[in-house]
Amino acid sequence: MQEIIQYLFSGITTGAIYAVIAVGLSMLYSSTELINFAHGEFVMIGAMSMVTFWVHMALPLPVAIGCTLALGCALGLLFERFAIRTARNPQPIVLVIITVGASIFLRGTGMIVWGKDPFSVPPFSNHESLEIFGAALLPQSIWIVAAALLLAGGIHFFLKRTLTGKAMVASAVNQKAAWLSGIPPERMAVLAFAISTGCGAVAGIFIAPVTMSSYDMGTILGLKGFCAAMIGGLGSLWGAFAGGILLGVLESLGAGLISSGLKDAIAFILLLLILYVRPGGLFSAKEAKRF
Amino acid sequence: MLRIQNLKCSYGSITAVHGVSLSVKEGELISIIGANGAGKSSLLLAISGLLKNWSGEILFQEIPLKGMSPPAIVRSGISMVPEGRQIFAPLSVMDNLKMGAYTIYRRGMKTEVEKDLEMILDMFPILHERVEQLAGTLSGGEQQMLAIGRALMARPKLLILDEPSMGLAPKIVDQIFNTIVTLREQGVTILLVEQNARAALKIADRGYVLETGKMVLQGSSDELLVDDDVKRAYLGQDYGDFYDGRNQ
Repeated sequence: MQEIIQYLFSGITTGAIYAVIAVGLSMLYSSTELINFAHGEFVMIGAMSMVTFWVHMALPLPVAIGCTLALGCALGLLFERFAIRTARNPQPIVLVIITVGASIFLRGTGMIVWGKDPFSVPPFSNHESLEIFGAALLPQSIWIVAAALLLAGGIHFFLKRTLTGKAMVASAVNQKAAWLSGIPPERMAVLAFAISTGCGAVAGIFIAPVTMSSYDMGTILGLKGFCAAMIGGLGSLWGAFAGGILLGVLESLGAGLISSGLKDAIAFILLLLILYVRPGGLFSAKEAKRF
Repeated sequence: MLRIQNLKCSYGSITAVHGVSLSVKEGELISIIGANGAGKSSLLLAISGLLKNWSGEILFQEIPLKGMSPPAIVRSGISMVPEGRQIFAPLSVMDNLKMGAYTIYRRGMKTEVEKDLEMILDMFPILHERVEQLAGTLSGGEQQMLAIGRALMARPKLLILDEPSMGLAPKIVDQIFNTIVTLREQGVTILLVEQNARAALKIADRGYVLETGKMVLQGSSDELLVDDDVKRAYLGQDYGDFYDGRNQ
């Protein structure tokens, strides 16, 4: 019993991180219909920037987090501007392959900048871990889950309540009509990229104190995020969030109760099952496409 | 207000519009009629800035539109109700209208937008009833009203309507055309592009007839309504009637 609760706690923690990755992916998909396979690399950049800004440069924590976030958003902006928009033949498949190329490029750049050694980042707060039913709950976990919820809530609010967010949805739904209403879709796409890669960087910030960070951590995290987004149904924000948590919990339970070697396999078994049984995702019965 | 001179539009090697000229004066209701493939849509795409590949001259209030982005053209005062309505289906009716006012919001005129919203909802009571509904759940006629409302929210000086009667029941078409007449009475300059030539010419001041990318006829609506060529080609009178008419 105690063990299972412990697995649940750690599952929800990693799940929240997957959820943030998935929310970023899903949001970009719903506003540009593009799956960004370089998304995981932005998580890597987030984690590694925390190493640089906080551990190496010893900036205060809020400043380091701010710098990392700004870097993530700025790189997303550059990525859209110079890799995506310049595509001469902007068909979805071409753009997806560009993102795959960008992921290799970013990983290589990461290796040159940070080297091949893994780094660790100390936890953000030094409070005692809480004990619930005999299982230890790290304060770090509470931080992560709260921040993930806040982030997803914030994006939800942005898309549903603000003029810019609605305009972003509108230009995704019908680009021609958006042009004719005076909405500049290309500016909306840049914004979507910046927010999405910003989410990636946030996931990186969370994950840095939890695991070792290295230049090649992005690939698997990006795929896990993709898997979570698919579980929830691409384009559905809360679906992606729930998918992330579910994936984290199942992974943790599977690793703890069956074998720790299974950890990564579980994500992909789950992904295959979803694609076989419910390609639209678990939570998107009515609208398989967006929102 | 709007002057087009020798406009040529081409898609790759295919030329859709071969040197069209037309003018719309302030306060007028002008209709352009023509069959499928006559180049009506290309003409409108060029005016709205969605089509970049054109030559010639389009002047709106003496300012050339060449090279302006679609949002800049909307800001300059041209709003278009696109063919097939093109509403934002997953957004609510209210949000669709607000999206139409995007450029006005961006100029920081919030209170004006509120007033405009009230006016539009008064003009289309059916939209008022369905303000919270998703736009995709509206009927065709309601969607057309929404599309017109959305275009009006940008406070246009010139309103362009592309085939507003398409796919609608005759009764609804009457309603839409009545709305157009009302708008014109309120001082909006209107360019109406229609296949439904009779209905369009009945409410218009002047008309242009577009055929395979060329302006083949122009004149006051009354002239065009009785013009033999127009009758034969667009008003649905068959050769028999037409021939009898000539003998009399």
